[in-house]
Amino acid sequence: MSQDKQVLAGELQRHGISRRSFLKFCTSMASAMALTPAAAVEMAQKLSTIRRQSVIWLSFQECTGCTESLTRAHKPSLESLIFDFVSLDYHHTLQAASGEAAELAREQAMHENGGQYILIVDGSIPLKDGGVYSTIAGISNLDMLKDVAKDAAAIVSVGTCASFGGLPKADPNPTGAVAVADIIDDKPIINIPGCPPMPVVMSGVLAHVLTFGIPELDALGRPKAFFGDSIHDRCYRRPYYDRGEFAKSFDDEGARKGWCLYELGCKGPITHNACATIKWNNGTSFPIQSGHGCIGCSEPDFWDMGGFYKPLSTGTSNPGQWAGYALAAGAAAGLASAAVNKAAKAKADKVHQPVTIEDMGKK
Amino acid sequence: MTTSFEQGINTLKRVIDAPIASYFSSCTRCGLCAQACVFYTETGDAKYTPIRRVEPMRRIWEQEYTAVGKLKKLIGLSKTVTEQELEDTVELAFESCTTCGRCSMVCPVGNDIVYMIRRMREGLTAAGLGPKELRAAAVRTLETGSVMGFPMKTLEAQVRAAEEETGIKINIDEPNVDYLLLLSSAEVMQFNEIIAALAQIFQEAKVTWTLSSTAHEAGNPGMHLGSSEIEAAMINKIVEAAEELNIKNVISPECGHAYMAIRWEGPNVIGRPYPFKVYHIIEVLDKLREEGRMNTECCDAERITFHDPCQAARRGGVNEPQRNLLNMVSSNFIEMEDRKACNWCCGGGGGVNSIEKSEPLMDKVFHRKRAQIEMLDVTTVVTMCATCRNALEEGAEKNGMDIRVMGLTEVLANRLLKEKKS
Amino acid sequence: MNEIELLNWARGPGLTYATIFMVFGLTLRVIEILSLGRPKELAEVRDSGVRDGWRMVIMRSLPERRNWKRITAAYLFHVGLLIVVFFFIPHTQFFRDVFGVFWNGWPNYIIDFVTVVSIAAMLYTLAQRLFDPARRILTTIPDYLAWLVTFLPFVTGYMAFHRLGVDYTLMLALHILSVELLMIALPISKLTHAVTFAMSRWYLGSNNGRRGIHV
Repeated sequence: MSQDKQVLAGELQRHGISRRSFLKFCTSMASAMALTPAAAVEMAQKLSTIRRQSVIWLSFQECTGCTESLTRAHKPSLESLIFDFVSLDYHHTLQAASGEAAELAREQAMHENGGQYILIVDGSIPLKDGGVYSTIAGISNLDMLKDVAKDAAAIVSVGTCASFGGLPKADPNPTGAVAVADIIDDKPIINIPGCPPMPVVMSGVLAHVLTFGIPELDALGRPKAFFGDSIHDRCYRRPYYDRGEFAKSFDDEGARKGWCLYELGCKGPITHNACATIKWNNGTSFPIQSGHGCIGCSEPDFWDMGGFYKPLSTGTSNPGQWAGYALAAGAAAGLASAAVNKAAKAKADKVHQPVTIEDMGKK
Repeated sequence: MTTSFEQGINTLKRVIDAPIASYFSSCTRCGLCAQACVFYTETGDAKYTPIRRVEPMRRIWEQEYTAVGKLKKLIGLSKTVTEQELEDTVELAFESCTTCGRCSMVCPVGNDIVYMIRRMREGLTAAGLGPKELRAAAVRTLETGSVMGFPMKTLEAQVRAAEEETGIKINIDEPNVDYLLLLSSAEVMQFNEIIAALAQIFQEAKVTWTLSSTAHEAGNPGMHLGSSEIEAAMINKIVEAAEELNIKNVISPECGHAYMAIRWEGPNVIGRPYPFKVYHIIEVLDKLREEGRMNTECCDAERITFHDPCQAARRGGVNEPQRNLLNMVSSNFIEMEDRKACNWCCGGGGGVNSIEKSEPLMDKVFHRKRAQIEMLDVTTVVTMCATCRNALEEGAEKNGMDIRVMGLTEVLANRLLKEKKS
Repeated sequence: MNEIELLNWARGPGLTYATIFMVFGLTLRVIEILSLGRPKELAEVRDSGVRDGWRMVIMRSLPERRNWKRITAAYLFHVGLLIVVFFFIPHTQFFRDVFGVFWNGWPNYIIDFVTVVSIAAMLYTLAQRLFDPARRILTTIPDYLAWLVTFLPFVTGYMAFHRLGVDYTLMLALHILSVELLMIALPISKLTHAVTFAMSRWYLGSNNGRRGIHV
């Protein structure tokens, strides 16, 4: 990867990126984040004048889906342009170097840009058994994260694994996986959850960080611009929900009519993401539009919500299974209590003395 | 003396059963029972809310027979019943409750509050807290054989008078007849025309019957006191008499609580089924009517209404015979708006009329009955309970109401005799 | 603990604990009641009373016209409760999941209307409890708490459906938790009447029936 620290303007031209597509990118990012048109211009100005930002991308317990989402679009996407604005100094999948050379590149970047570089993490960090479940170059994920985070300017957790623990953390969490924010508490952390996150969300947030700094975040550390609304709030099928028109199966009449997928397990009502507005594949579609309920992938513990096809109003456990035992235990306790009651009544009968005519006041 | 606070509490523990446990479990404190209770509606005093009358019993149930209550008692959330509380309950369970049971007609969860009052009274009596008037009545009944304390010869004199009047011989202690007739003290002392009336009706219908010298009293202060033992002692006299005379049918007179005691509670308090059947006199008369053994040609046109006595109608199940008979003798029988099982109480039953302290309260609660009657513009109110009859007569007199109160048997006899004469 | 974790707890362990407590408690209570026994009826009965027992269980559900002013709100609430609990579509999904039985829910606008009516009715019953002398004198603090735990699921459910107040996820979690609170209160408060009402009505009805009183 290039160590070039020239300003971006010339660099972009050298890479054959036209000013037109550059502006288009800025406008697209700004509008995605609901910034003003003026902000797009400002973003363009800033992007073209700043030096390329050093970025170190650490991949822990992950599936590379997040990187795929960003880079392996059907055709080179607008979003992937973001890589042209940064100096991606370390990234397993994308860097040419390997082995010791790769690790050297990371250390060099950390050294040269101490306190300046942005740390991007995808994947969760295993803590169980000393973190042996995921190591890179013999270094545990935990150690590497702490080491790299120490001098980072900010951390971006990409994907639900880095943001909330994600799939590796799913019950019973065999590796003791945790999120970045569970380990690092002294750096600004932006969570961009999703499994995977939307490409435009990743690039938009990075563009914002590069130009305007850390965006406004919600309680779970997610940029409000993308995670402020729930899927349900923005879903085009919402009117069906409000009217109580639900598809009962994936191929019934309701499904064909595009009715709400709540009964088929859609987690849209509790899922905060931009899928329903920005959509995927250059705005083509999103899961609900293709006929499948939202699985809630940008929320913590989405894997443990009882199943993708269980409606939100059902339990994640099966209370009915326990009810039988509770009934039996209640019956046993009841019979025990009944025995005590019977004994108490028998005792009362024993000590009872009949009321006599003398008690009535007979002289 | 066996009564004591401990015995009272112990008795309450004894009498709590599954129905009572279900009633307390179900009570939602909705207070609707108050709306059905004359003592609440006519005074507006919330302390008379029926379910409140058995609060000590509720706590004993909770603390003794529920796991939750035991826990509550353990951590001090539920206090044990004190002597003072039992004493305070006397006013609510005895002095201001006629055990009419109208409350159970409106209770949304079907609580039978009188079922509980009956047992609450049992506890209070075992605690020595039974009202003195009722206790004295119990002593009189057991000693003299009549609630009012008159000797057998008083009844004999009434019988002779009736024989002279009608020329019909009236049996005493005659075995193997159809019916053993019981009377209430009020019928011997106040409403004695009933003896002659029945003698004539039974003669016409060819019914054989007798009175008993050992068991003529139908009234049972033991039931009012809630004391099963005292009640049983009184019931046993009747059972023994019927068995001795080999009589298969016993007639309870026009007295609501007597019917309740003999017909329904009796076998349960003596602990065995009867070897005979028990009928309310009105049931017997209606049966005679049905069999064509007692008929009138037509009827009186006077506007009359009927007051259903709580223990015979609402709680005893005698609801139709009185109507069949009234419609036979009257062309102008007008029903009260609330009737049969929903009738409003006269205010005197359940022993209340014998408790001196309760008199002002009785006068007050009679206003409901008065309003009910005045609405109908009738000349006569008929009933089939001596206690109701007394309460109605007293109420009418005190309130200057221009009505006549009559027992149904008397009404029937009058009509029959009128037709016979003409 | 974040909202999703709270929701997952409510839908998972919370629901399990509440179910266990409720089923255990209600079973215990019913057996405790039955264990006290009913003395054998020795008087000659006019009828077995069985039919009248069942009749009372059902017929007492009909409004008693004499007291319509006092019972209308409570009726609206009880009917509303049954409708909302059993016919709001998401709830039908819950019951299908638990019992495997499915019935069609009712349109949301009906449920919404019924909920508003029920909430208003409940507030009115609270006012009655506070101002009706007979009701007030009987009421203890646990009775007010019983009202509250019944009221909360309505309010949280309504707010969740209409996205009022806090974020939906949290509101949904609170709604489910409030229902679990209600489930826990069922066996240890006057709310037990939800089950034992049938027993008390049956005892009264069958007693009446034995005596030939068919009301």
